[in-house]
Amino acid sequence: MPEAVSAVEMRGIVKRFPGVLANDRVDFDLRQGEIHALLGENGAGKSTLMNVLAGLYRPEDGAIWVHGAPVNFRSPRDAIVHGIGMVHQHFMLVPSLTVTENILLGLHEPRFLMQLPAYHKRIAALEERFGLGVAPEAKIWQLSVGEQQRVEVLKMLYRGAEVLVMDEPTAVLAPQEVDELFATLRSMTAEGKSIVLISHKLNEVMAISDRITVLRKGRTAGPPLDTGSTSREALAELMVGRKVLFEISKDIQAPGDLVMSIENVSAENDQGLPALGGVSLQIRSGEILGLAGVAGNGQSELAEVITGLRPCTAGQVTINGKQVSNLPARVAIDANVAHIPMDRTGVGSSPNLSITDNLIMKAYRQRPISKGWSIDGRFARRHATKLKDEYEIIAPSIDTQSRLLSGGNLQRVILAREMSGKPQAIVAVQPTRGLDVGAIEGVQRLLLEQRRAGAAVLLISEELEELLSLADRIAVIYEGEILGIVEDQDQEAVGLMMAGHREIPAKEGERKSG
Amino acid sequence: MATTERIDARRRPALPFKIQVEPRMEVPRWLPITVSVAAVLIALVLGAFALRLAGEPHPFKAFAAIAKELFGSWGGITDVLVQATPLILVGLACSVAFSMKLWNIGAEGQFFIGAFAASAIVLTPVLSAETPGWIFIPVMMIAGVVGGALWGFVPGYLKAKFNVNEVITTLMMNYIAIEWNNYFIFGVWSEGGFQMSPRFPRTAWLPRLADYAREIPEFSGLTLHLGLLFGPMAAVIVWWILYRSKWGYEIRLAGDNPRAARYAGTNITRNMILVMMLSGALAGLAGMAQIGGVVRRMQGSISSGYGFTGIIIAWLAKLNPLIVVVVSILFGALILAGREIGRSGISMLIQGIILFALIASEFLLRNRVRITRVREA
Repeated sequence: MPEAVSAVEMRGIVKRFPGVLANDRVDFDLRQGEIHALLGENGAGKSTLMNVLAGLYRPEDGAIWVHGAPVNFRSPRDAIVHGIGMVHQHFMLVPSLTVTENILLGLHEPRFLMQLPAYHKRIAALEERFGLGVAPEAKIWQLSVGEQQRVEVLKMLYRGAEVLVMDEPTAVLAPQEVDELFATLRSMTAEGKSIVLISHKLNEVMAISDRITVLRKGRTAGPPLDTGSTSREALAELMVGRKVLFEISKDIQAPGDLVMSIENVSAENDQGLPALGGVSLQIRSGEILGLAGVAGNGQSELAEVITGLRPCTAGQVTINGKQVSNLPARVAIDANVAHIPMDRTGVGSSPNLSITDNLIMKAYRQRPISKGWSIDGRFARRHATKLKDEYEIIAPSIDTQSRLLSGGNLQRVILAREMSGKPQAIVAVQPTRGLDVGAIEGVQRLLLEQRRAGAAVLLISEELEELLSLADRIAVIYEGEILGIVEDQDQEAVGLMMAGHREIPAKEGERKSG
Repeated sequence: MATTERIDARRRPALPFKIQVEPRMEVPRWLPITVSVAAVLIALVLGAFALRLAGEPHPFKAFAAIAKELFGSWGGITDVLVQATPLILVGLACSVAFSMKLWNIGAEGQFFIGAFAASAIVLTPVLSAETPGWIFIPVMMIAGVVGGALWGFVPGYLKAKFNVNEVITTLMMNYIAIEWNNYFIFGVWSEGGFQMSPRFPRTAWLPRLADYAREIPEFSGLTLHLGLLFGPMAAVIVWWILYRSKWGYEIRLAGDNPRAARYAGTNITRNMILVMMLSGALAGLAGMAQIGGVVRRMQGSISSGYGFTGIIIAWLAKLNPLIVVVVSILFGALILAGREIGRSGISMLIQGIILFALIASEFLLRNRVRITRVREA
């Protein structure tokens, strides 16, 4: 049965990181000449699985066959020898060298003399075969991100890759570059190459792949699906999974006055590509507005615009009528906007400073923590001790460096700081991500407490269950635009919009009127 | 294209034990001090070795003799303290900048500009020679501080506004400062063609202990000058700024995590410029103290690389302003010892090894090395 031999077959792959089971007996197979999408949320274990295949990680358990022969990779070099190449999310290119030089880097040939003209020609020929247009003589820094990605692909093809793994290749691309990439991928499968596409974007996966394997929390959510016989809705359900709902009691309360007003906001991401296109949302006092959406659709950019950490190119954000967008972050802090950032160690805390120093980060400017030019150290320590008890931060002392805290405890430090200032408005980005069940409940309880106290809360989350149980209304963001707002916890409607459907199905309207 | 390698070959362990390196969770309190002391000891031993190679038969005896000479008499001690004075100030200058992870390599240039600005008050002359000392000296101090701050402002501004690498700008501005000074001592202020300015009038001298020898005979010959007070006073002020003030909190926050500092609403751009200015001001004051208290004229050889030694001092003191004072005294002794040995290269060598050992020891502070037996399979 030679016809049935897969290009790659992975069986029972187990990969453990300290405290995390990243891959739990995962099976995966890739047929010759197909584009196979590996779909899942952040942290589902997609990249880990493919890093195992590419020889970067060694699995604790499991076996891999390439074209029917068992293999055991010790390094990426082993993998490429067997024709497996991976294009990572972050490019590994030398900016000051040319395309050709980057491709030849690390190879045994050419040996001493570079003979660049000859190699330029060889690479140009390879480019033509796969429809990858990049000038071989160009320096990397002159190239656009899309072109740099093509160089990474060329690098792998030149090394004889038969199987190409692309890790979230569209994350850095502009829309028209995505189309070009897809055309390239198709021309490669036409030449007999097999491709694994790692993604969490349903649209893309539906548009380009032949088959789809869904990973959820380190495991495969069922056998591979044929793209033609599935739907975005079915995939979204497989990706997110149905979990037990947290029984969190939420009082019914009428929202108060308008606090946070986001008017027609547009902004760019770090690459300078449009990330938000005219987002408008209104949040009232005592209301939690959930913002649902698959990660990377503009949520973090929106949170940064509101908190003054990112400029917006159009529109404005006001808190109680005062503008906070396009102004120093200080203005939003003074307007009593709390911000629970997604990146707790990179943004939300200062790793080598003490818990005390981390707890006063937002309040150190005001009395009573500071007096004149100086900080009242004794008061700061009393304040920290009080918060440590109140928010149950488990640490040897308030002088402990925050980098030594566990994820849950660090989040408690951040929450204690942000919530103790009696905020008028709260921007919480993925506040429960990566926390264990007990900690999650604590965070959710705190958010509801703030709602009761009259704060206007914008809760950005990828956990649909969380949004359904906490939020009064759920807005869905997709590719930087709000597709709609659901007020009656209609999970199906949210799911459809998360998948990019603009219109809410008819029965939604019927239910409302009827 | 490439040859297939044997992938399944099991490698035999080459050693019966395994060296494991793992990141440290908590740094014990005693460790940084131990590491600093060890670095100094290692440097002394290697220095002794070099001295032996250079022909000194008993290097450790020589060390002991020098130590006795330097710390055994009031004269020796005051000489060490005079040497330590500029070092304390430049050490503080570097500590302040490094606390915000601004790598100011330009304390040397800031030192020279401080000295130049203070000299300009005397030599232009801005104040006449008859001006009393209680006006003359504060005006010279202000000039030194402003000059140094200006020399710190330029790289600080370029870094804050245009993200220009401050290592390069501060380093290059050292040469500008030194050549600028040379222009004046070779030309404008040259005394009869010599490469130095005329001696300052008495009113522009920082008073020395020896000046009071008539009243207190014990002070005769002691070179200690008023500038010594600048150092510890500045150390206390800098310590207060860094660890007790709002501004210092912002500096430490930005030094540890600039993104968190932005998130906390601090103005990083402004702080960068101000910190570089404070750093430059301290180095400038050092320059003023050196010409006012020791050299008493403007000339080319006012610094024996103090600005660069300040980098080592700041690092050795782990950026703690109070420890900077202690370390500076050690380094003052080291510089004098170099002169005693006659082969002053040795003292530079020891300084270099101390810095080298300290930077290498960062690894030990961050990680812990464990040696474990390899179990036989």
